Amino acid sequence: MKLAYWMYAGPAHIGTLRVASSFRNVHAIMHAPLGDDHFNVMRSMLERERDFTPVTASVVDRHVLARGSRDKVVNNISRKDEEQCPDSIVLTPTCTSSILQEDLQNFVDRASLYSESDVILADVNHYRVNELQASDKTLDQIIRHFLNKAREEGNFNRSLTNKPSANIIGISTPGFHNQHDCRELKRLLGELGISINRIIPEGEFLKNLRDLPRAWFNIVPYREIGLMSATFLEKEYGMPFISQPPIGLLNTADSIARIEKLVNLWASVLLGKQLNYDLYIENQTKYVSQAAWFSKSIDCQNLAGKEAAVSGDATHAASITKILVKEMGIRVSCSGTYCKHDAEWFNEQVQGLCDEIIITEDHTKIGNMIAHIDPSAIFGTQMERHIGKRIDIPCGVISSPVHIQNFPPGYRPFLGYEGTNQISDLIYNSFNLGMEDHSPDVFGGHDTKGVNTKSLSVNRGDINWAAEAESELKKIPGFVRGKIRRNTEIFAKENNILEITVDVMYAAKEKSSL
Amino acid sequence: MKTLETLAFECETGNYHTFCPISCVAWLYQKIEDSFFLVVGTKTCGYFLQNALGVTIFAEPRYAMAELEEGDISAKLNDQEELQKICLNIKNDRNPSVIFWIGTCTTEIIKMDLEGIAPVLEKRLGIPIIVARANGLDYAFTQGEDTVLAAMAHRCPEYNHCDTGKKVLGEIECLAKLNNDSKSIFQKERLTRSNLVLFGSLPSSVASQLNLESKRQSVFVSGWLPSQRYNELPKLGEGIYVCGVNPFLSRTATTLMRRRKCQLIGAPFPIGPDGTRAWIEKICSIFNLKPEGLEEKENQIWENNKDYIQIIKGKSVFFMGDNLLEISLARFLIRCGMIVYEIGIPYMDKRYQSAELLFLQHTCETMEIPLPRIVEKPDNYSQIQRMRELKPHLAITGMAHANPLEARNIDTKWSVEFTFAQIHGSSNARDILELVTRPLRRRGGFTPNSRSLSKQTLGH
Repeated sequence: MKLAYWMYAGPAHIGTLRVASSFRNVHAIMHAPLGDDHFNVMRSMLERERDFTPVTASVVDRHVLARGSRDKVVNNISRKDEEQCPDSIVLTPTCTSSILQEDLQNFVDRASLYSESDVILADVNHYRVNELQASDKTLDQIIRHFLNKAREEGNFNRSLTNKPSANIIGISTPGFHNQHDCRELKRLLGELGISINRIIPEGEFLKNLRDLPRAWFNIVPYREIGLMSATFLEKEYGMPFISQPPIGLLNTADSIARIEKLVNLWASVLLGKQLNYDLYIENQTKYVSQAAWFSKSIDCQNLAGKEAAVSGDATHAASITKILVKEMGIRVSCSGTYCKHDAEWFNEQVQGLCDEIIITEDHTKIGNMIAHIDPSAIFGTQMERHIGKRIDIPCGVISSPVHIQNFPPGYRPFLGYEGTNQISDLIYNSFNLGMEDHSPDVFGGHDTKGVNTKSLSVNRGDINWAAEAESELKKIPGFVRGKIRRNTEIFAKENNILEITVDVMYAAKEKSSL
Repeated sequence: MKTLETLAFECETGNYHTFCPISCVAWLYQKIEDSFFLVVGTKTCGYFLQNALGVTIFAEPRYAMAELEEGDISAKLNDQEELQKICLNIKNDRNPSVIFWIGTCTTEIIKMDLEGIAPVLEKRLGIPIIVARANGLDYAFTQGEDTVLAAMAHRCPEYNHCDTGKKVLGEIECLAKLNNDSKSIFQKERLTRSNLVLFGSLPSSVASQLNLESKRQSVFVSGWLPSQRYNELPKLGEGIYVCGVNPFLSRTATTLMRRRKCQLIGAPFPIGPDGTRAWIEKICSIFNLKPEGLEEKENQIWENNKDYIQIIKGKSVFFMGDNLLEISLARFLIRCGMIVYEIGIPYMDKRYQSAELLFLQHTCETMEIPLPRIVEKPDNYSQIQRMRELKPHLAITGMAHANPLEARNIDTKWSVEFTFAQIHGSSNARDILELVTRPLRRRGGFTPNSRSLSKQTLGH
């Protein structure tokens, strides 16, 4: 047992649901008690999704506990199959079904006999893997399933596309800025003369998975989702992949250089020429991205040597650390990730870039570390933002877990060249706000500080608040307290009441709803 | 009990969306100031709490997870030792006056004996430990509070008849003092010795308002379950009258009657001015008091809220059902002139809600509209199909369906807001209307009167 107040990565089934609901026309059925379908709320709220989330529960209640699910799961699968005709139904185990140890595979086999759709059991163990690992695994599982199926059915095309093309693997809902990143990546590849073969899982039909091997190579922009699939595709179909996240100028240039290498493997044969992206990189770096110029400008000079702390998922924390240190000359005192399963890669990435590496899922450790270092800015998740709030240090959010404010309608990629611009803004704004906040303090504070212009109290004069009423007033939330005080006093004046008691307060409230 | 032949009850598949009942810790830890809530469950529970409660999680809340790991499930680890370690930790860090253990689905399935371990650790640590099984196998959303309050009812001190003599004397003194104190225009000549305990967790300012409403009818509320602090729990026993303020407290009501020998006052719930008046009247009738000025007051409230009622009059509403407040809210909205197509509700205790159901029926008769269908354990998918045909003006629904319904041109109100906003008592009627009209007001340039306290409702 572990005392826990907060967690960075969610439970396994969330990962499975993220992948399943990212594909088009796939329905997930959770084997779970009432109330475990909170994923639907998250997706509907965070992504402001217009469609019903294709996730339902086969509810585990007392009866199931006593007698087993029996036909319930199978019936639920058949019902969904008839109602919505999905291409596939993914039966998703939860922590509850992990301990019930019902033979879900048997349900799946039985349901497959009657259903039009492919029924799959997500193979994840709640107690062994977290959200990110589970999403990686489920994606891999689905790809394998449908490639095998295509192979068996013989409608399988392995010939490479005529022009260079790539699959983007790992864009999912509700991922941190995934939609914007995807658009940016598409644009980047387009400018390199590479067409997009398939983007998975976001928005893709399962029947198109059989075309995956036609791409020249795969791109996995995030370490957390897609690595397993890419590795599988490399082993089974000889498809090379790039897993360096193209975040920041250096990483992007590096990724493009790798792409060049991969494309040229086939280019001489299929295109009859070699491609060279050096000029493209140079032009983008100079003219499209402002980040390089920004680093040279006086603004950024002011940031040199300032201290920062970084924390987040492996992909974003490592990339941001690199940007801060190598591109902006900021000192990163501590860089960390909660992706314990990818610790080795993370260590390798930030080795030599920061004073300390911290790999933990415990937010209190991160909090204590930040408080100890007392950096000028933090780059982390929503948790670090709140840690920063408490100890008065500005924070830029660079990674999930996220809030609704991290799903902006505006275009905010983190990847590619436009991404470098966005990141520059984020970093600069964080530091700058911190400075602005400090300088008035240095000069004796804002001159308006002592004046409470927000008080709404009327001319108090002869009105007296009884102690009891005064304490009642304190129970009212701060943001309306002033208004209630004022309305009560107006009411008292109108009724010639000299002392305000609790009675008067509530009488005033009744009247003032006029 | 009168039979309710005319009200039609249906029961569907129970495939609906609602919050897990462990969410009750969110408001209960704030209500009981010296408490600590420990949810004994898995990452799934923790993730739900963290996401559902949003920002409160960052405010150093007095609740946490005892997260079960593989060793706990396979019984490699000893539950008692593990819990002791964690509770000791909590005691040292926060020093609460009481720790609540919230049992979850997992503790049910692995049959962890929380009720057995609690008394042992309670002795060892010197802190009261109360166990409530608020799990998704048995309960929905607000019923979580019901399980907690039912467990708390056992900890309330015993009410003794011998106390009464002393108490009467105390109250006479108190009355004498009140009579001298003529400054307030609102105070009454006499207060009835009533031994009335109200149950249900309400924000303290709302609780004061209800205290006041009954005080105006000379009924003195002697205590609340839950109280603001653990050591202020009300005395319970034979001779105590209890009355619920929320429709989802049927277990608590049963416990108070059967285990604590209290007498239950079955009344409609004080939601809306009509509900509040009926609630007060029922309480007065128990104490043989003639209620005064209630009718004028109710009319006044209706009059005050004319502007909002104008917006919803004649419009239709569909309750998908997820928090058990549905019957009372539907009754209030029907009185406001709305047409209710369907009242979805997770669980319907016809005995505990009998007065409310009768009141609903009467309200429909008065307003001359057909009785709505009441659907227990609804099926969200079928409901959406029905909504497609009915095209209600407003759907009161959970967040999982709100955005998709909006995208299909059905205005929605997020149902969870009703559990967090202040909706009890006659003076909060405007807050309910504020919530209900919000999606409709957005359509056309309505501005409420300037002196509205509308901002009081939490706007997420």
